[in-house]
Amino acid sequence: MTSLKILVPVKRVIDYAVKPRVNKTSTAIETANVKHSMNPFDELSIEEAVRLRERSLPVTDILAFTAGPAKSSDVLRTALAMGADRGMHVVVDEKKGELEPLGVAKLLQKVVMEEERNVVILGKQSIDDDANQTGQMLAGLLNWPQATQASKVDIEDDTVTVTREVDGGVETLRAKLPIVITTDLRLNEPRYASLPNIMKAKKKPLVKKTMEEMGVDLGKRLQTVKVQEPPARKGGEKVEDVDGMIRKLKELGAL
Amino acid sequence: MATPTPELRHQVIRIYKELLFLGREYPLGYEYYRPRLHKAFASQASLRDEEKIKQGIKRAEFVKKEIEALYYLKRYRTLRQRYDEMASA
Repeated sequence: MTSLKILVPVKRVIDYAVKPRVNKTSTAIETANVKHSMNPFDELSIEEAVRLRERSLPVTDILAFTAGPAKSSDVLRTALAMGADRGMHVVVDEKKGELEPLGVAKLLQKVVMEEERNVVILGKQSIDDDANQTGQMLAGLLNWPQATQASKVDIEDDTVTVTREVDGGVETLRAKLPIVITTDLRLNEPRYASLPNIMKAKKKPLVKKTMEEMGVDLGKRLQTVKVQEPPARKGGEKVEDVDGMIRKLKELGAL
Repeated sequence: MATPTPELRHQVIRIYKELLFLGREYPLGYEYYRPRLHKAFASQASLRDEEKIKQGIKRAEFVKKEIEALYYLKRYRTLRQRYDEMASA
């Protein structure tokens, strides 16, 4: 049976429980002094990689990868505490702004080649820009099969079976290794990175690299025109009787 | 302090630290969580019977699992509401 060398990219994002604020110039979300944590969909991917190993599949190595500012190391540590074997951090200058999905996909392509991976498990999207593109772009660049939004993953020999929830049912995909998989919310229940495990994770190897070392063109192709808060929800209104309701509906043009 | 066995004492301190660590993310805030945790442990400080201490540690382990489950569910539900169209429809 082919041994599995898994790559799990993770992203540091604003914590899901924090209400995002648009900055004064309406160009981005305020990130200074805001609680950050690992993208929840990426926790699912780490968990899945670790579970593949716990199901005694021949997982030789789980590499957690992140590209982002210096503080992104924290989410790598969390990934290591959850069970990844080693980490790689490409440090991005905060002033240069967010990486774009295509740039990240190119970085990952490079890592896949250099580290000889045959399985990449990504979160389907990050909860900050919600692009839902990186996994698909990576599969395209590598010319590998992709199974997006997986709700179940089975690997037998070099055949991967992925179940995904689609409108009105489930779809089952089968492909040969190597493969790119992206995770859906219902794939598994990520474990909590406990204190003792975080302590142990400090001993696991973590490599830092610079953008220059990676030698990937990360030029900006997208321009953010404007960032806006969604309109405030209007409160409901009580009507006296059925006639009142019909009148109201007519006023609103619903009838 | 005269504790019966250093090993048990060590275990109690360890689970206390783990629970403290968990409290950093408690929805009602660390300020709410910490004094209550401290009180819960302090109220059992006079225990000398080894069996009873072991039971206390078990209870603490149970609470730890409960809090982890609480965090998981809270996040899962929020994300489901945000991302699962079927759930919000």
